[in-house]
Amino acid sequence: MSLSEMSIRRESSAPPRKEHYYWSRFSRKATPFLFLSPFLIGFLVFNVYPLIYAFNLSLYRKKLVGGNTFVGLSNYVKAFQDSSFWEGVRNVLVFGVMQIPIMLGLALLFATLIDSGVVRRVSIFRLGYFLPFAVPNVVAALIWGYFYGQSFGPIAQLATALKLTPPIFLTAKGIIPSIANISVWQYTGYNMLIIYAAMKAIPTELYEAAKVDGANEWQIAWNIRIPLVLPAILLTFIFSIIGTLQLFNEPNVLNAVAPTAMNRHFTPNLYVYNLAFANKQFDYSAAISFTLALVTAVVSSLVLFIIFRREANQ
Amino acid sequence: MTAQTLSPVQTSRPRPRSGNTIAYILMAGFLLYFLIPLIWLFLASTKTNAGLFSSFGLWFDKNINVLQNLKDLFARDDGAFGLWIKNTAVYAINAALFSTLISAAAGYAFAQYRFPGRNILFGIVLAAVFVPATAFAVPLYLLESKTGLTNSLLAIILPSLVNPFGVYLMRIYTEQAVSQDLIDAARVDGAGEFRIFATIVFRLIAPGFVTVLLFAFVGAWNNYFLPLLVLSKSSLYPLTVGLAYWSGLATQPGNAHVLYILVIMGSVVAILPLMIVFLFLQRFWQEGLSLGSIKG
Repeated sequence: MSLSEMSIRRESSAPPRKEHYYWSRFSRKATPFLFLSPFLIGFLVFNVYPLIYAFNLSLYRKKLVGGNTFVGLSNYVKAFQDSSFWEGVRNVLVFGVMQIPIMLGLALLFATLIDSGVVRRVSIFRLGYFLPFAVPNVVAALIWGYFYGQSFGPIAQLATALKLTPPIFLTAKGIIPSIANISVWQYTGYNMLIIYAAMKAIPTELYEAAKVDGANEWQIAWNIRIPLVLPAILLTFIFSIIGTLQLFNEPNVLNAVAPTAMNRHFTPNLYVYNLAFANKQFDYSAAISFTLALVTAVVSSLVLFIIFRREANQ
Repeated sequence: MTAQTLSPVQTSRPRPRSGNTIAYILMAGFLLYFLIPLIWLFLASTKTNAGLFSSFGLWFDKNINVLQNLKDLFARDDGAFGLWIKNTAVYAINAALFSTLISAAAGYAFAQYRFPGRNILFGIVLAAVFVPATAFAVPLYLLESKTGLTNSLLAIILPSLVNPFGVYLMRIYTEQAVSQDLIDAARVDGAGEFRIFATIVFRLIAPGFVTVLLFAFVGAWNNYFLPLLVLSKSSLYPLTVGLAYWSGLATQPGNAHVLYILVIMGSVVAILPLMIVFLFLQRFWQEGLSLGSIKG
């Protein structure tokens, strides 16, 4: 028996000392927090603290003379009365009302068609429909910006070849539908796959039982498939609303192509960006960005609360 | 459950032999809608800047200029585009790898241990899943410009390490893939908690890890708002910010019309890696989507 083995033996046969016992108890309790700590620290430092910092900043106003003065919530009062801010809110709401039903309606239709077996060669459709999701937002906006364009856009080229007046997409009136189309193009396939995945989880026996009872494919889709994937549809709906409130990339990229179609407060995030960057109104932009983040967090917490209560009741 | 979600693509129920013609035409039409802009982009990238204007968008021009475009792309602004690719790769790889490691550890803690505050903490994670990263962008910018963290790749890598959706997916995945008996057996054998995670658990959750890694990688590769805010030196730009910057220059009158073709060529180069990743890792993203929706 070697020396090290002897020492191990002696240690293990000795009665556990008291401090060792407390230490092991402590470390057993601390273990989950050790695994959690990198995430929790990151969450506090890069999500919670910036919001606190922005809120604190928003309580002050920079004066030309006298530096920063505490102004309480007056930046929020200012935002509430700011027509530029509300115009941006209205724009994203119009955008959402237009884009979300079309996108989710199409996603649900395609998912149903694929899952019910009405259409064959589904893998081509699944992949092709999803491909735009792999394109960066910015590049999608660039592609469509050129695609809509008058100088070398294929839509204008086709119209000219057919002796028609080329439609102008990126105007003050056309800009919201044009951006809505980009979002439909990018995210329909993604949402379709989420809904389709939920459909695949439905037990086959349900369909077989319905078929035995003489139901056709549409009745099955309408009465079984779609009601059962409602939670997934709700999920995609919430994500879409929240994404809509945050709209920034597409309008900011298209702004370069069509500077006359949009102003600098076209969406709330665009407004916040321009306030901070161009106007250097950091305190005011902090107030609006804090409000946006808070609204998003409250909306999502509410939704979660409702979902959990529903699940608890079932 | 595990076996099913491991291969959601292959498990298919018997389908009726005959397809519906109307549905088929509809779906084929939309396939064109989703693919034509991409086809246009790839065709356009083969043309000269003049050919872009003179030839029809949905077909090739007479001469194929793609190699010259690539050469011009990497030569422009003293090789700025090469730098942007490098920045994007460094940023996306670091952000994806470390955020997924952090998510895996946190997901494992939620799945494996009972500890005080567990439900509240997980509730916060769930709520955070719904708050998009863009909501934190301007507050982060304000904070980072105060602390002098702007104009470094760390300014965009560090915030990307927080990935609540990754934590959520890793928890569900761990609960499905790791059995309690196995962990208990390892404990009896005297393995420490960290050793159990790093050796035994990690191997079991590897497919889930790749799924979360994939989504984090794509998210970082496509990120635009935060880099736009915190990076003002063009040598630090990622591809998204760089391409948007060039496209802004391209529209300025008289300035640099030739930039159009470079933005188009650059877009092709920027999306190719993602398309390849998606094509080859289909199994993983489909699995991620199904996990997210079933338990969501």
